[in-house]
Amino acid sequence: MIPQVIQTAFIALGRNVTRTLLTMLGIIIGIAAVITMMEIGNGASRQISASISNMGSNMLLIFPRALSTAGVSVGSGTGITLTSSDCDAIVRECPSVRAATPVVRGTSVQAIHGSFNWSPGRVDSGSEAYFDVNEWSFEDGEGFSARDVSAAETVCVVGETIVENLFEKGESAVGARIRLNNVPFTIVGVLSPKGANLMGMDQNDLIVVPWTTMRNRLSRGGGLAKTSSGTSSYKRGDLYSLSSVSLYPERDTTQTSNYLMPIRFYNVNSIMCSAVSPERISTAIEEITDLLRARHRIQEGGESDFEIRDMSELLSILTSTSTLMTSLLLIVALISLIVGGVGIMNIMLVSVTERTREIGLRMAVGARGRDILTQFLVESLLLCLVGGFIGVAFGRGVSMLISHVKHWPVSPSWEAILLSVAVSAAIGIGFGFYPAWRASRLNPIDALHYE
Amino acid sequence: MPALLELEDLVKTYHLSGGIDVPVLKGVSLRVEKGDLVALMGASGSGKSTLMNILGFLDTPTSGTYRFDGRDVSRLSEDERADVRAARIGFVFQSFNLLARTSALQNVLMPLEYHRGVRRRRSEERDRAVRLLEMLGLEGRLDHTPAQLSGGQQQRVAIARSLINQPDILFADEPTGNLDSVTTVEILRMFQRLNTEQGITIVLVTHDAEVCDYAKRTIHIRDGLVAPDMPSS
Repeated sequence: MIPQVIQTAFIALGRNVTRTLLTMLGIIIGIAAVITMMEIGNGASRQISASISNMGSNMLLIFPRALSTAGVSVGSGTGITLTSSDCDAIVRECPSVRAATPVVRGTSVQAIHGSFNWSPGRVDSGSEAYFDVNEWSFEDGEGFSARDVSAAETVCVVGETIVENLFEKGESAVGARIRLNNVPFTIVGVLSPKGANLMGMDQNDLIVVPWTTMRNRLSRGGGLAKTSSGTSSYKRGDLYSLSSVSLYPERDTTQTSNYLMPIRFYNVNSIMCSAVSPERISTAIEEITDLLRARHRIQEGGESDFEIRDMSELLSILTSTSTLMTSLLLIVALISLIVGGVGIMNIMLVSVTERTREIGLRMAVGARGRDILTQFLVESLLLCLVGGFIGVAFGRGVSMLISHVKHWPVSPSWEAILLSVAVSAAIGIGFGFYPAWRASRLNPIDALHYE
Repeated sequence: MPALLELEDLVKTYHLSGGIDVPVLKGVSLRVEKGDLVALMGASGSGKSTLMNILGFLDTPTSGTYRFDGRDVSRLSEDERADVRAARIGFVFQSFNLLARTSALQNVLMPLEYHRGVRRRRSEERDRAVRLLEMLGLEGRLDHTPAQLSGGQQQRVAIARSLINQPDILFADEPTGNLDSVTTVEILRMFQRLNTEQGITIVLVTHDAEVCDYAKRTIHIRDGLVAPDMPSS
């Protein structure tokens, strides 16, 4: 019976092809609009989140809390409570943290190579994990190694802008030696270009050196050394002694116990971490807080001696903007679908009136009201579904054309296709029901003699 | 042996808006035997169409009894009447009522969509429809649409359609009203042939005395009542 009904509906729709196509047009345009909007919106939000993660969306920055000496606040990041072993512990014990690197603040340097000289916008430092944390890849060469870090080697990684300003065009930078504040450094890698950050600063105007090198070779007595603090429980001698840098292979437990030596702290300005995913930033913050509070022996209720900052607010603002845009476009597209649905209802009503005699005849030969209802519902459902499928194909075509011609990012969305098929079926049933119900309520005698 | 149709004191009153009651049938009693060919004759407004609608299960009587094949069917629901129409009744109309832009064959097959409970193979149904159309002299016109057929041919397609469900009784409502005199004779002969050769009970509703000549028996309706029976000459 079911295939028979569908066959009958196809025959009925086929009797007036022009009208059927014109009726479908509303649905076709509506569905095509939904598909195109969803694909463009999806593509846009995907691109936004990609470029945000490029700027470090899952980045967490851990700073020592602001200090105040005798009531005078010295400003953020002025304490010296973070050590490189904190950083190691975070990587080891926080499952939501993908990578972490200690950072020692740099001073301004003058870079010299041959007859060129340049003052880099930023001199940064970190461990070998720095590039992973910042999701930064290499144009040429590679990052410095763990060995370079532990040995405080004079190696550095430079950004594109540095290469442009210190080297001739076409000259290879990797392996070259440049002088930073008169200390010779070997360039081991060139970072791939990243463009300006949100503040408009050129992110490529950057030199990265191992944090140990920064501490001992470049900014000796710089960022860290000047701070004197009353709250720090560490002895000054430990903090500033040059011997605190592990220039030699680490001792094993037996060796350590043989030498009576104080535990060494390698203080750093901040720790930069990257969470496993943007969704796990808050979990990562909790894990780090718990870990550091335990490591720093902070009592229950006591204030932490560090603070953690993240970029999740920025991320949520940007994604909510693109989500808002997509949903606005979607609403417009849905309105056009409803207009298409009203068109279907209109044509089905005309069709019921026009086919009153046919309905009367079908009732006379034994059709129940329900059969007539089903027949007209199936007709409008078919009309919408066929229109929906054409619309999906059309919408895919349009979005492919747009991505081809205008190079907009487009990503196909199965949800959109499923949604629009469901919506067109719903429109078919919703807007087809009233005409079908009217048809099924006709009196066969009156219908047969309808002129 | 019970009559195929038996009416006892059948009344049909239409209730118009404004509380006016119009009595159309005022107590009709009649019998139609199996295999009969009856003409139901009356002037327009006499109530013959209303009578046919009730006999054909399209309408229900206000009061009185209608027995079909020995069973009281005066109070059937809408769906039950639809089922009876699908299984046991055939209709032929004055204006043919064929589906436009649909082949003769498809028109004949249409009623089987509603022939619930009877399972036949498609090919079997098709063969039956072809045989019926050939019996009615329409071989070679199976794929013609109504617009490509003459009035007489259209009415023959309609007769084939009314026979596809193998009905017990055929109701023809002014079957020749839209036809010229030559075709009228042709169609009426066709009814006679169906009656004698196939034994199908036929009720012809008409206002034309000429049609009655082809019937075995004429029932005259006058002002909602049955006038005394007059056997046709």
